Amino acid sequence: MSTTLTHPEVASHAPAPKTPQGAFSLGQLAKGLPGALRKLSPREMWHNPVMFIVEIGAALTTVLAIAQPFLGNATSGGSQQSLAFTWSIAIWLWLTVIFANLAEAVAEGRGKAQAASLRQTRTSTMATRVTGYDAAIDAAAAHAGTEHVASADLRLGDVVVVTAGELIPGDGDIVWGIASVDESAITGESAPVVRESGGDRSAVTGGTRVLSDRIVVRITSKPGETFIDRMIKLVEGASRQKTPNEIALNILLASLSIVFLVVVLTLGPVAGYSGAAPSVPVLIALLVCLIPTTIGALLSAIGIAGMDRLVQRNVLAMSGRAVEAAGDVTTLLLDKTGTITFGNRQASEFTAVSNVDSTQLIRSAALSSLSDPTPEGTSIVTLAEKLGYVHAGAVDGEIVPFTAQTRMSGIDFADGTQVRKGAASAVVSWVQESAPPQSGVLLELEAEVQRISQVGGTPLAVATRSADGAASILGVIYLKDIVKPGLAERFADLRRMGIRTVMVTGDNPLTAKHIAAEAGVDDFLAEATPEDKLALIRREQEGGNLVAMTGDGTNDAPALAQADVGVAMNTGTSAAKEAGNMVDLDSDPTKLIDIVSIGKQLLITRGSLTTFSIANDVAKYFAIIPAMFVGVFPGLQALNIMHLHSPASAILSAVIFNAIIIVVLIPLALRGVRYRPAKASSLLTRNLLIYGIGGIIAPFIGIKLIDLLVGVIPGF
Amino acid sequence: MSSSRGTGRQYWVAIRAMIVLTIVVGVIYPLVITGVGQLAFAAQANGSLVKVNGTTVGSSLIGQSFTDAKGNAIATWFQSRPSAAGKGYDSGASSGSNYGPENPTLITSIADRKKAIESLDGVTASQIPADALTTSASGLDPQISPAYALLQVNAVAKARGLDPSKVKALVESKIQGRDLGYLGEPTVNVLQLNIALAEMSK
Amino acid sequence: MYFWLFIAQVATLVLILGLLYRPLGDYMATVYTTRKNLKVERGIYRLIGVNPDSDQTWPVYLRSVLAVSAIGILIVYGMQRLQQFLPYSLGLPAVPEGLSFNTAISFVTNTNWQSYSPEVTMGYTVQMAGLAVQNFVSAAVGIAVAIALVRGFALRKSGTIGNFWVDLIRGTIRILLPLSIIAAIVLLAGGVIQNFNGFQHVTTITGATQSIPGGPVASQEAIKQLGTNGGGFFNVNSAHPFENPTPWTNIFAIILMLAIPFALPRTFGTMVGDKRQGYAILATMGTLFIASLVAMTLFEFDGSGTAPIAAGGAMEGKETRFGILGSTLFATSSTITSTGAVNSMHDSYTALGGGVAMINMMLGEVAPGGVGSGLYGILVIAIIAVFIAGLMVGRTPEYLGKKLGAREMKLASLYILATPTLVLVGTALSFAIPAVRADIEKTSMWNPGLHGFSEVLYAFTSAGNNNGSAFAGLTANTPWLNSALGVVMFLGRFLPIVFALALAGSLAAQDRVPATAGTLPTHKPQFIGLLIGTIILVSALTYFPVLALGPLAEGLR
Repeated sequence: MSTTLTHPEVASHAPAPKTPQGAFSLGQLAKGLPGALRKLSPREMWHNPVMFIVEIGAALTTVLAIAQPFLGNATSGGSQQSLAFTWSIAIWLWLTVIFANLAEAVAEGRGKAQAASLRQTRTSTMATRVTGYDAAIDAAAAHAGTEHVASADLRLGDVVVVTAGELIPGDGDIVWGIASVDESAITGESAPVVRESGGDRSAVTGGTRVLSDRIVVRITSKPGETFIDRMIKLVEGASRQKTPNEIALNILLASLSIVFLVVVLTLGPVAGYSGAAPSVPVLIALLVCLIPTTIGALLSAIGIAGMDRLVQRNVLAMSGRAVEAAGDVTTLLLDKTGTITFGNRQASEFTAVSNVDSTQLIRSAALSSLSDPTPEGTSIVTLAEKLGYVHAGAVDGEIVPFTAQTRMSGIDFADGTQVRKGAASAVVSWVQESAPPQSGVLLELEAEVQRISQVGGTPLAVATRSADGAASILGVIYLKDIVKPGLAERFADLRRMGIRTVMVTGDNPLTAKHIAAEAGVDDFLAEATPEDKLALIRREQEGGNLVAMTGDGTNDAPALAQADVGVAMNTGTSAAKEAGNMVDLDSDPTKLIDIVSIGKQLLITRGSLTTFSIANDVAKYFAIIPAMFVGVFPGLQALNIMHLHSPASAILSAVIFNAIIIVVLIPLALRGVRYRPAKASSLLTRNLLIYGIGGIIAPFIGIKLIDLLVGVIPGF
Repeated sequence: MSSSRGTGRQYWVAIRAMIVLTIVVGVIYPLVITGVGQLAFAAQANGSLVKVNGTTVGSSLIGQSFTDAKGNAIATWFQSRPSAAGKGYDSGASSGSNYGPENPTLITSIADRKKAIESLDGVTASQIPADALTTSASGLDPQISPAYALLQVNAVAKARGLDPSKVKALVESKIQGRDLGYLGEPTVNVLQLNIALAEMSK
Repeated sequence: MYFWLFIAQVATLVLILGLLYRPLGDYMATVYTTRKNLKVERGIYRLIGVNPDSDQTWPVYLRSVLAVSAIGILIVYGMQRLQQFLPYSLGLPAVPEGLSFNTAISFVTNTNWQSYSPEVTMGYTVQMAGLAVQNFVSAAVGIAVAIALVRGFALRKSGTIGNFWVDLIRGTIRILLPLSIIAAIVLLAGGVIQNFNGFQHVTTITGATQSIPGGPVASQEAIKQLGTNGGGFFNVNSAHPFENPTPWTNIFAIILMLAIPFALPRTFGTMVGDKRQGYAILATMGTLFIASLVAMTLFEFDGSGTAPIAAGGAMEGKETRFGILGSTLFATSSTITSTGAVNSMHDSYTALGGGVAMINMMLGEVAPGGVGSGLYGILVIAIIAVFIAGLMVGRTPEYLGKKLGAREMKLASLYILATPTLVLVGTALSFAIPAVRADIEKTSMWNPGLHGFSEVLYAFTSAGNNNGSAFAGLTANTPWLNSALGVVMFLGRFLPIVFALALAGSLAAQDRVPATAGTLPTHKPQFIGLLIGTIILVSALTYFPVLALGPLAEGLR
């Protein structure tokens, strides 16, 4: 990873979400309504015990409202109970259920739009399947027999040939060939990407289009389980399973509901002793107000919206569990290159060895880089020009590209002069091929190389060999790793959130230390091999930490699998994508930080609305309990601190508030509670104040306001 | 080890443990305390008994009633609080009245006691302290408030033909302040007051 | 003036309990963590056949708890049924079946509910070698379970949670017994009796006869308070001058009740290696205690209600020597610690004052609660609080480095579900079954109307929360109440223990997540406030309706 060639397409900008965040309108509500009504089926409701209780209560109240005229005068707790009251309660209980379903339907609706566009790419294509593929004899499948089958009939392990202009029929790895592929269907990015066999960019996705060349692909997914299939399911929320934390929260909510069920069921006989037994509709109203309907109604919407926020940032989480784990992450492993520094280094200094004129060094360096398209090459030319080098006319020579074997690049001029630049050791041995260089020059070179390494730079030695074969070392180019701006602040934020950042790099410890200090990470792992990375993750996890990392190569796969949150780059191999639990379609490693924030936001939203929901009960009690019994015990009027109009109006107002608050909070559930990186204690203080104290106060105001309206209705 | 055998073993251990513990904390411990009590705190351990001329007449801790067989106050003695223990100060049946704050019987009783004290002590209802009108928790409350004791001075002095100021001084000498100056309430022990009264009357 | 007396008395408590907190808490931590056994303990382990060095998994630990409790119930039941054959029985006959059943469960569950009048029911042997033994054992069991749960937090990746037999024996021999001996001697000095004299008949100065009771009271009184048991030697419990002769023995008894429950947070903090966690729990308990004490004291001094107003003060059912202040101090301490001893008759308290006594129990007996049970109770509520609050800081919740997942929440939820369900269902059934309701109204209720309802509600609240105090006018020695309250006490004790030990097992098996800046801090005032809020909210939401129909309806008229 310390070579001069790096991933080319890493961009520094944080990609803007594709759909505006939190866009929410009444239109969405209207669109969700049919879905909400469909969800009233008990078979659907059963999955949400809290709202299922409400539905049963609504049905029961409706029956009682229908029966009331035939049963004669109804009283509750010593107060008269009008037919209008019973009907109002019934209607608002139904609305409560519908509002809850609406929340879920709206959340799902946003994913559905995305799914629809994905689905278009899934349209069945014909695939050219190779029969009897033999990689050893005929890797290119040039002579093998082929047959045409529908893409849906492809099986795991089938080998297909795809040529320019065709859609790739299924997920797979390229086993032969290189091609440019248009992946805009899944990434939204219009620029084609290069995919080739072997290495870390061999994975192709079904539904993407080959633009050039011909490739042989081995299918790695079962029909119906391709990447796009999974994506569709994920964004639709169809394959949504409850996450561990959601299950735990559901258990708590269910047990609270049971407590309140016990409270309400026992209230009848207990109040009966004093002749204050409340009627069944009143008891149902009390029950519905007490059980945590607000969070019960919004819980799944919060989960869906959390996944949706990731999708908006072009990240696919394979499970909700991964999103939760992201909130818990305590250690972030960040690759240096591309994440902390720009993928490319920039030339910042030329140092000529003594007895070499610096202009000669600059000229040679510039010439050798003129046809070098890499950012490093360009930066060398730029720097040279800045230092006075004037480029005169076309260069007549042959470019010698960089290879992993030579570890050098350069140019061979027509006159026989050669210029090489590259790793110092490689350049020195290249010079030694002609004649051993002077030891003084070697020492000088070594010192300079050492100096540059120490400050985190990459030294490139430059040497020349004239036509007569006399070679000499000219000097060193200082390629500087440029740390992305603003990272230090982000890492400080992370530190405040209790997250430790560890930079992983193939650089030597000296270089790594310098860059780590400059970027402000907490720790670094230098000269890292994939095994080192895996060991580091295990070590962190043994200390109880949760680790997040990004990776793209096949050799990253074990580490990705081991990490609690493994984000695979979409450009990576399918092995990497299988091993990770998230895929970043933009292949932007810095997004790890966003993912952590989204995970936290999801959990905060869940906790805050739970707190709000439970805190609401206080006001509801003060509305309903005096209303229930004031007919028998006038003294309880003292508890009617809101001075509600009448018992009937008090109870109805509480029920209406309970229903309306769900709709009011849908946008918050979808958008998520505002989250800024901060210490846990300050986050807690803030959220406790808003959702805890606010949750106690808000319903007092809300119920009073509704009561003012209900109070003017005759009969209340 | 199978789970049922494990459970069986636990019960066998439990039986032996209970036997050992019963011997240690159920037999040895109380006997040791009894020994210490009888040796070091004999008076207290045996009930803080009060003797007059060598005869035990009660316990300074256990209240008594100073009423006739019918339960009417004997005017020559300072009266204890009303008692709900048996027929009044039955130390074999300690008990409070357990009447609630709205209990009609209690409300009637308070009114009756007010009247009785008004006539017995010749005072007005507003002067009567709460302890004189209410039964205690134990029904064996040995003490009354100084206010109630002082309230009775004139009637008792009159019944015994004593100088009220002397009786008042006696009562005042028998007022016990708060423990350590701040715990509990100032009290007058009725039995001890009456014994002193009898002494004075001789 | 009473304001300053109140301040002085509270200050005394704070000072003494504050002085005890560190040494007693740390001593208990050492007792339950050291590997060294005393010589006498080694002898006991040999006698009972236990290897003190082998630790138990939570199911085995639980089975041991249940075994010792079951054997305890059998022994106490048997002793009562065979009372006429036991020495020092004062000629009393065998205790009837229903009452024996109720009493056996009552003492083994640390409730010490008494459906009987001891003077005329229980001889010295049953009291001393039956009931008082359970005062030690049930208290030691309570502490053991609490320690097991604390170990759950302290241990990492451990399959075991300690050895119950070792915890039981050490708790008895090293903590309860020595403290009881000291306390009993102090009580003796204060006038509490300790003899085997039976009733002494004396002739009073008016010529009437009086029978002065005897009995081994001091030894039993000491552990009754120290182990938050509360079962009185006499019918009127600590109001009896032979159990609680003076104002200073009164405050001494209060200190005994509060000493261990208030020191256990220190044990907790020391054992989990973060003493600040102990202070947070202590602060939570202390705040609730003081608030409750202030409320009850204000209500009693206010003396609202027809009878208190007529009498000129709420002195019905209160002893002169204690006054209102000494009574509310004791009543608060006793009802909020699960002791259930009384030095004044709660039934005669003002409606709201008596309501506070009920609320103290309804809080779940956690402020500070019973010995051991208070700590494990508050830790379970803390788990609930952390779960919700933990989400609000953007992490899946963890407490002391232990993740609170579905299993932990299931157990914690069942824990907080158990007691309110028992209390409410028991109360409701008493009125829902017509025959039972008739019996309750005719036989059991002493006071008519709302106060009668409060008596029944108080009884089930007291039984479910293992407190044992009563609105004592209630005649509970009936088939329905003996059996219903017996069942409620049994389940109210052992269901929570099952869940607490299962929690201990599941927490101990986990690794410990290191705390970071992103971890919810559970030692700051903010968390203390949150925990207080959770405790109040959970109990208020559960009990508000029944309170409205009892004390509130009676008090707000």
